[in-house]
Amino acid sequence: MDKDKNNKKDKDDAEEKNLPGRKDDDAAGKDIPERKDDSSIIDDVTSGDYKYGFVTDVDTEVIPVGLSEDVVRLISKKKNEPEWLLEFRLKAYRHWLTMTPPKWGHLDMPDIDFQAISYYAAPVKKDGPKDLDEIDPEVLKTFDRLGIPLQEQKMLSGMAVDAVMDSVSVKTTHREALAEKGIIFCSISEAVKDYPDLVKKYLGSVVSYKDNFYAALNSAVFSDGSFVYIPKGVRCPMELSTYFRINAAGTGQFERTLIVADDDSYVSYLEGCTAPMRDENQLHAAIVEIVVEERAEVKYSTVQNWYAGDAEGRGGVYNLVTKRGLCRGDYSKLSWTQVETGSAITWKYPSCVLAGRGSSGEFYSVAVTRNHQQADTGTKMIHLAPDTRSTIVSKGISAGHSENSYRGLVKVTPAAERARNHTQCDSLLLGSNCGAHTFPYVDVMNQSAVVEHEATTSKISEEQLFYCNQRGIPTEEAVGLIVNGYAKEVMNKLPMEFAVEAQRLLQITLEGSVG
Amino acid sequence: MTMPSLKQYTDLFRQERTAIDSNATEALNAGRDRAMEFLEAAGRLPEKSDEGYEKTSVEAMFAPDLGVNVNRVNFPVNVAESFRCDVPNITTLLAVVVNDRFVPSATLLKNLPEGVTVCSLRDADSALIGRWLGKAVERYDAAMAFNSLLLQDGVFIHVAKGVKMAKAIQIVDIFSGQTPLLAPRRVLLVAEEGAEVSVLKCDHTQTRDVVFGSTEVVEIIAGEGARVDWYDLEESSPATARWCQFRCRQEAGSSLNICAATLTNGTTRNEYLVDIKGDCCETILSGMATGSGSQHIDNSSYLVHRSDRSHSDQLFKYVLDDEATGAFEGLIEVAHGARFNEAYQSNRNLLASTGARMHTKPQLLIYNDDVKCSHGATIGQLDSAALFYMRSRGIPESEARKMLMQAFMVDVVEKIRLESLRDRLRHLLELRFSGNCGDAACATCRGRVAEK
Repeated sequence: MDKDKNNKKDKDDAEEKNLPGRKDDDAAGKDIPERKDDSSIIDDVTSGDYKYGFVTDVDTEVIPVGLSEDVVRLISKKKNEPEWLLEFRLKAYRHWLTMTPPKWGHLDMPDIDFQAISYYAAPVKKDGPKDLDEIDPEVLKTFDRLGIPLQEQKMLSGMAVDAVMDSVSVKTTHREALAEKGIIFCSISEAVKDYPDLVKKYLGSVVSYKDNFYAALNSAVFSDGSFVYIPKGVRCPMELSTYFRINAAGTGQFERTLIVADDDSYVSYLEGCTAPMRDENQLHAAIVEIVVEERAEVKYSTVQNWYAGDAEGRGGVYNLVTKRGLCRGDYSKLSWTQVETGSAITWKYPSCVLAGRGSSGEFYSVAVTRNHQQADTGTKMIHLAPDTRSTIVSKGISAGHSENSYRGLVKVTPAAERARNHTQCDSLLLGSNCGAHTFPYVDVMNQSAVVEHEATTSKISEEQLFYCNQRGIPTEEAVGLIVNGYAKEVMNKLPMEFAVEAQRLLQITLEGSVG
Repeated sequence: MTMPSLKQYTDLFRQERTAIDSNATEALNAGRDRAMEFLEAAGRLPEKSDEGYEKTSVEAMFAPDLGVNVNRVNFPVNVAESFRCDVPNITTLLAVVVNDRFVPSATLLKNLPEGVTVCSLRDADSALIGRWLGKAVERYDAAMAFNSLLLQDGVFIHVAKGVKMAKAIQIVDIFSGQTPLLAPRRVLLVAEEGAEVSVLKCDHTQTRDVVFGSTEVVEIIAGEGARVDWYDLEESSPATARWCQFRCRQEAGSSLNICAATLTNGTTRNEYLVDIKGDCCETILSGMATGSGSQHIDNSSYLVHRSDRSHSDQLFKYVLDDEATGAFEGLIEVAHGARFNEAYQSNRNLLASTGARMHTKPQLLIYNDDVKCSHGATIGQLDSAALFYMRSRGIPESEARKMLMQAFMVDVVEKIRLESLRDRLRHLLELRFSGNCGDAACATCRGRVAEK
């Protein structure tokens, strides 16, 4: 197949450049000699290349490294922010100083030097590009290479996009079409200027700046992000999407997404992320806040493909994210779907606070780790009201020397009569040097609640492989087939446009040469 | 900041070290420096803010001013009066521990089969003690340190190579006395190659209105091909705090079956550390808890598969009523390079009242792909369809509830390999769910063990 060849070629290139290679092939073989065949196949299958690792050559304005009150003031000033927002940032910053980084994750993470990071980086032509001509063509090219339909002609694909490069929102598309329906979709800095009341009302209402170490940091230095407001009774006619890109070196990305779905509204929101390959680690500490009012529904999908580091575990993004939604209205619904394939370290727990009667939360996740990636991810379902329901489906796939952990909390408070939860988390191990772990916390304070948790861990069974082989499917293809089947339950929850991308991503990540 | 409750014990230790040392033996004293060092570094006993102790503050358990019997006062205890936990139709070899003092009965010593030693840790063979005491598992933690610091006596059980015991050994731990006491208790059980032994341990509190606390460490070494059954029954008082850690090591081909039942208690924290060192082992770890009033029961397991082809099964079930709180934290680790293991874990809980609380955290740490592991946890209430079915057939609701609760516990009871003990436990559960037992602690179940 052509694709095979291309991938092969990419791989050769990568080896020349000493980028993600296949060195652990032999190492894995040596550990358990009798399984050499198997492990080399699996290694083949799990060593795809990262194709988003390029760096865009645009002029970037980066403020000096380090964090202090002055830096917080500088960020606020650069963004021409009102006084109240500066106050919010300063409060968060002062609180952050009193906190220490959390250590409970099943992660081997070196201490981050927060004074060695630049907290603001922006492509130079940043002052509110009014139309595409004003955007640096290099930036456009970047998003083109990423397959983001920024160009007007591509907008026919029917997705509204907000693209965030380094710290600044570069371009939001389809705004006019959305405005007709009364939907607000813009960068958060614009929202601060244009809709201060809404932002003031909701910012920090779901994730307080006191929430955790990284949330405090983000609240102090967040640079940009998206703001979405869906008015009462409006069904958003298209998928809204944000694309995040870290480009500049030595910077962190701290974006903030705020989604408000008013009564009886519906929105599906997508998020994608990539970063260049660099030997150093980059920090990404975002906050996503979602407010769901009565009978409204929000679907939030993420395909996370930050640079994961090379095969030896050098470089990669630290993805330390706080995502939380508040189902405030009765019978509201929030659904998180995530496909996690990137990042050297992932630490994120998209959560649902079910405060409205009959509200429901869903969490569907596929997390793939390989090489030396580490992921500690899961969800929290906090049942506060009667008749609340939540579903958790988590699928972990570990390969290489990676560590993949599910950590989730299901909490049923005394008021949550008849709360119902079902949790299923499965782990699949490819290779004998990786780890798959499950840490579910279940806390029930109401006798009428029914809470179930199940988890399984296994490798691809010999029988399944045998069955495929028998029918003429070579082992490599069979592994790809089985892994895709395993993740299908979650993939099905993704919006169509994303499902295709996610499936491709899973193939690239896991299948390598498998067509 | 209030003073950590650990301090009163470390202070006591500093003051009384000479006396404590002279009451014990060299082997027991050998562990004290390390224990002190560990506890000083920690500064306090585990609290809810510590990962793994989310629902149980050990600090609070030992906050009352508990004394340690440094002067080795002999508390008279009427075994017949306090010991109501007899098991009909079974003869056991009975050993009694009053507070923290081992009191060997004449019958026990007379009836021990050849190759079996049951004695005080102080009288045990020093070579064996030196080899095994504190060595069952590597992990050293607060439970071990706190126990080692003030330990003065304990029970030593040794079953020689190939000896298969027909009778079970029964250890009865009794709290008795008019002053609040802390009892550091220790059992060291060594089953040599091919040996077989069952132990039934019962914890009782005789003086019900006095505050007691126990720190217990049970070390079990199952040699190659050995089979060890350990049944633990707690029927203490609401004023009793128990912090008990099992430390088990399994050599190749061994079988270990631990079943712990907490029927009545105050605050209990049981920790199970199981280290499967050899290939082809079997481990069954089960437990049940019936909580009412303000009982608190916390079971925490850490089971490690370090070798190939072993099978482990964990099952914990709770029925919680009134304001009772339960916690379960279970962990299976399959170490790097340990292949072809099967490890299962299940925790099922019934909440019978609005005030009852349950916290569960079943965890898996898997470092090898050639495993079969699963865990499950549920928290719920009695099946309303089943209740309706029974009521529609003329069974009153209270009776139906009782029957369903008993049925719920059956699979834990069935893990017990002594038939008469199974019967006994079924009976105790029936009484417990009828509300006869509760705080009145087994007043209805009188009788004597059939001693020969």
